[in-house]
Amino acid sequence: MDSDEESFGKSDSGHNSPTDDEDDFPMEMDQPPVKEKAMETDEYPYETLTTENIVQTMIDCIDDINSVLNLPKTTTRILLNHFKWDKEKLLERYFESNQEKFFRDAHVVNPFNKPKLKNKPKVPSSGLEECEICLSTFPPNMMTGLECGHRFCTNCWGEYLTTKIMEEGLGQTIACAAHNCDILVDDVTVTKLVPDLRVKVKYQLLITNSFVECNRLLRWCPSVDCTCAIKVQYVEYRPVQCRCGHIFCFQCGENWHDPVQCRILKKWIKKCDDDSETSNWIAANTKECPNCNVTIEKNGGCNHMVCKNQSCKYDFCWVCLGPWEPHGSSWYNCNRYDEDEAKAARDAQERLRSSLARYLHYYNRYMNHMQSLKFEHKLYASVKEKMEEMQQHNMSWIEVQFLKKAVDILCQCRQTLMYTYVFAYYLKKNNQLLIFEDNQKDLESATETLSEYLERDITSENLADIKQKVQDKYR
Amino acid sequence: MFKLGKFGKKEKSKCEILTILPNDCVAKNGKKLILDNTRWEKRLHKELMSLISEPPPGVTVDAESVSENLSEWKINIDGVEGTLYEGEHFQLLFKFNNKYPFDSPEVTFIGTNIPIHPHVYSNGHICLSILTEDWSPALSVQSVCLSISSMLSSCKEKKRPADNTIYVKTCNKNPKKTKWWYHGKFFLMSF
Repeated sequence: MDSDEESFGKSDSGHNSPTDDEDDFPMEMDQPPVKEKAMETDEYPYETLTTENIVQTMIDCIDDINSVLNLPKTTTRILLNHFKWDKEKLLERYFESNQEKFFRDAHVVNPFNKPKLKNKPKVPSSGLEECEICLSTFPPNMMTGLECGHRFCTNCWGEYLTTKIMEEGLGQTIACAAHNCDILVDDVTVTKLVPDLRVKVKYQLLITNSFVECNRLLRWCPSVDCTCAIKVQYVEYRPVQCRCGHIFCFQCGENWHDPVQCRILKKWIKKCDDDSETSNWIAANTKECPNCNVTIEKNGGCNHMVCKNQSCKYDFCWVCLGPWEPHGSSWYNCNRYDEDEAKAARDAQERLRSSLARYLHYYNRYMNHMQSLKFEHKLYASVKEKMEEMQQHNMSWIEVQFLKKAVDILCQCRQTLMYTYVFAYYLKKNNQLLIFEDNQKDLESATETLSEYLERDITSENLADIKQKVQDKYR
Repeated sequence: MFKLGKFGKKEKSKCEILTILPNDCVAKNGKKLILDNTRWEKRLHKELMSLISEPPPGVTVDAESVSENLSEWKINIDGVEGTLYEGEHFQLLFKFNNKYPFDSPEVTFIGTNIPIHPHVYSNGHICLSILTEDWSPALSVQSVCLSISSMLSSCKEKKRPADNTIYVKTCNKNPKKTKWWYHGKFFLMSF
């Protein structure tokens, strides 16, 4: 799947993207915000956010809350993080619940009710304070702490935060260095106390990441090396296209997998991961015990099998799967094909096999389209060559664009076809399945025709014709 | 979830030992401890001085072991009077790395007498949250010793952890590599 995603990311256009031309530019981190790229696909509004946009969204979110609550920004950030950046929930809880508890749950000191510092800084006569971490004494201006009143020297704070960020990968959830104190360190304090720029950058990354990951309306683009995130207004099983060109399902983050639902796709992927290789091997190398159905691998030449299953110990013949008992006697021979008992045993096994065969039928077709899809990405290169060639034969740039478009559509067809097999696997056998299979067949044959034309030498007329046909058939 | 080994905040006795000059760091055998400028070693020295000059009841540092290697301390702990461990003597091994005190020390029971306790495995590993996830750089060798001593003292029945056999067979040598599942609660000794 990975390489598939990767190569799909390279295809730089989708037929339903209104801003195709923009996609041809390589994505750069420092490009200006692309809010204008907000687009609609079946009225599902979403926008692509760059890292800068994400940070801005965080700040906007904090400002929104602060216009109501008027708390310190750093406190608001911790609160928002606690409520997974759900503004409504935060406000609701703020006004409904006990304020003391509200702040305590979020691990911040209530800004309206600062406790008298329980741990009065120890100020000996010398005017120096002791840092409990390095056990050295410092003038008070070298000591610092959070609202909870636990003070340590700035060096130790720096090292403590660096350890938490670099070793433990903590961002917004670093607690005060004192034992048993769960008050969280705010972002401004971290930035102030961490000396190393590299650590600061990692910290920024960690808090941005936690912002995206815990916010249900945001999702990182799963494409390799893409640093954008998609922001939606409500979560739904819908395709979204990142500015890097990658199209994925917002709900689950997998490649867009119409017509299969996320839940079923997940089930399928799990099944494939668990089963495919193993089941292939089992199908090729084993039989089931006709008595207890345990899977058996034959490890010797003798056909007299004794099931090793302790509760079974059935004697049978590996060849005909009938009981072994009659084999020894002169009146029985398992070379007699129409023996009823052997047939019954075979039938039982047949039934067990058929479910596996059914799975493998769908799985092989699914894998095959996935494989083809990977190959189609090579087509882009050859098609590009053809396009250049045609442009030299008195055709305009705009006239040859259909070629690239055809490959785009081919890829989409392949991807849809791939998932139709997953869909069909989970369908019950009824009339609708027949209709579905007919449609699937039409799409498949059209796709193969298109694929054939694109791979062989083409003339402009018949290709345009085929393209038309495919677009008609494409649901 | 209760975490075994919580103890009172900031009740640690103040380290007046700070007034001792580093040059006074001489172990029992008269060997001068090697001083280094690195911060973790400085802190270890200060902790050591504090433990030697003001040892908490029942806790003694094996200064000889420390003078050989500052990053491995052997500490003797006596069973507290009036508890199940009265009259017994145990030995703890503290291993520090150069990230100390930001990284927790590795603490195990060593020697022939490993206390029989529901949170101490027969290989000496201790299931105590302040030794891993609840570690704070503001904790110290002394506070860890007191926590362990108080963990022993609060014990009602001498027995090994239920999963002792399987754990001892399969665990990593370093108890910090174990993903501990803290349970149980024990009460605080004031110190």
